[in-house]
Amino acid sequence: MTVQIKTIDLEPKRQTFGHIARRLGGDKPASRYQEATLDVQATDNFHYKPLWEPEFWAYDTGKTAVKMEDWYKPLDPRQFYYATYNIARANMNQAVERNFAFIEERGLVQTLSPEAKAAIERGLLPLRHLHWGSNMNMSEICQRGYGTAVTAPCIFSAGDHLGMAQIVSRIGLELDSQTGVSLENAKETWLSDPAWQGVRKLIEDSFVERDWFQLYVAQTLAVNGVLFDLAYKRLDSAWRDGVIPVAMLTEFMSDWRAEEGRWSDHVVKTVAAESDANKTIISEWATHWIDRAVEAARPLAAALTNENAAAAAGETAIARARALGLNV
Amino acid sequence: MAQVASLTLLHNDDARPIIEAILADNPGVRVLDMPGCVKLDRDMELVVNRASVEERLGRTWDPQEIHLVLVSMAGNLDEDDDRFLVGWKH
Repeated sequence: MTVQIKTIDLEPKRQTFGHIARRLGGDKPASRYQEATLDVQATDNFHYKPLWEPEFWAYDTGKTAVKMEDWYKPLDPRQFYYATYNIARANMNQAVERNFAFIEERGLVQTLSPEAKAAIERGLLPLRHLHWGSNMNMSEICQRGYGTAVTAPCIFSAGDHLGMAQIVSRIGLELDSQTGVSLENAKETWLSDPAWQGVRKLIEDSFVERDWFQLYVAQTLAVNGVLFDLAYKRLDSAWRDGVIPVAMLTEFMSDWRAEEGRWSDHVVKTVAAESDANKTIISEWATHWIDRAVEAARPLAAALTNENAAAAAGETAIARARALGLNV
Repeated sequence: MAQVASLTLLHNDDARPIIEAILADNPGVRVLDMPGCVKLDRDMELVVNRASVEERLGRTWDPQEIHLVLVSMAGNLDEDDDRFLVGWKH
């Protein structure tokens, strides 16, 4: 007797949702990223205009001065949606946990010189407040922005900043044997140390920026590009004998910056390339905020290493902005 | 008659960028859709380029990762950091 095994190939009636198929130009299998992103945000049939901002609808392209034919053009090259984002961050966080365990096991923070500890407390720990401010900004962009393609990665970025604030806090707890004293001191430094006041003013001013894409430019090109670049890449000499432990414990930040930069650069580049008008406005914003960030960073760099570090961070940020097609 | 180099991959979300990269990089590739998997045949040689997969995947991709979705293959394997190639050339 012969047994014949038959297979039936069932063709699905449709490969993806209608609104995705219209985007892809045909009924093709779509990735999870595409299905979780394209045209997800509501565009029509809102019931009431918000009382607090009656000139706009809840989602309104008018909340920024830049104009896009289609706000789904600036897609995320990392293709992050909920699952891929969390898998990527869980892997990065595993490395963080390992590094903290390594440092704790060998007592690499407790045995630092008092000068190094003081420098970390003054120069590194207040960054948790800057991260928190960045979290506020990214959340704000997410809620005022237009189009899931841009807004969804913004809330991921907000989560990243919260995570990084926690990593910085944990470094403080390593310094003060889990008492939290160093964090209180760092808050005092953030509020009153003249070296930090420029940075604090910049991030607090950014909180009241109403144009969400200007805020995006300020946050990604100036705060991330100048201030965090300075803090995590150019202050090594300030940590003295603490340079290796600090480098290990802030590994997440450099990995994150390299990865998120791909997305944030792509968004700015795409929106600037849309029209000359966009390019002009974004270039003005970039110049304004990068200059401000360099000014804000100068006293900080001077107090921790030397003033030139701020200018160097500024030059890198400007070079980066130029590479995105901006006139800065 | 030319010998056929072939890769059979699972047909899922993880494999789709690889399948697309193969279709783009191998002119004349023949696609055989089967339930749950896709068989890709081409005369003499079939290549998967790391760069093309990364472009579609949006992250770094190690050609070794293909084994997670690889069902079957035909051809002598030649792989390095930048590509995964099956073929009959010597």
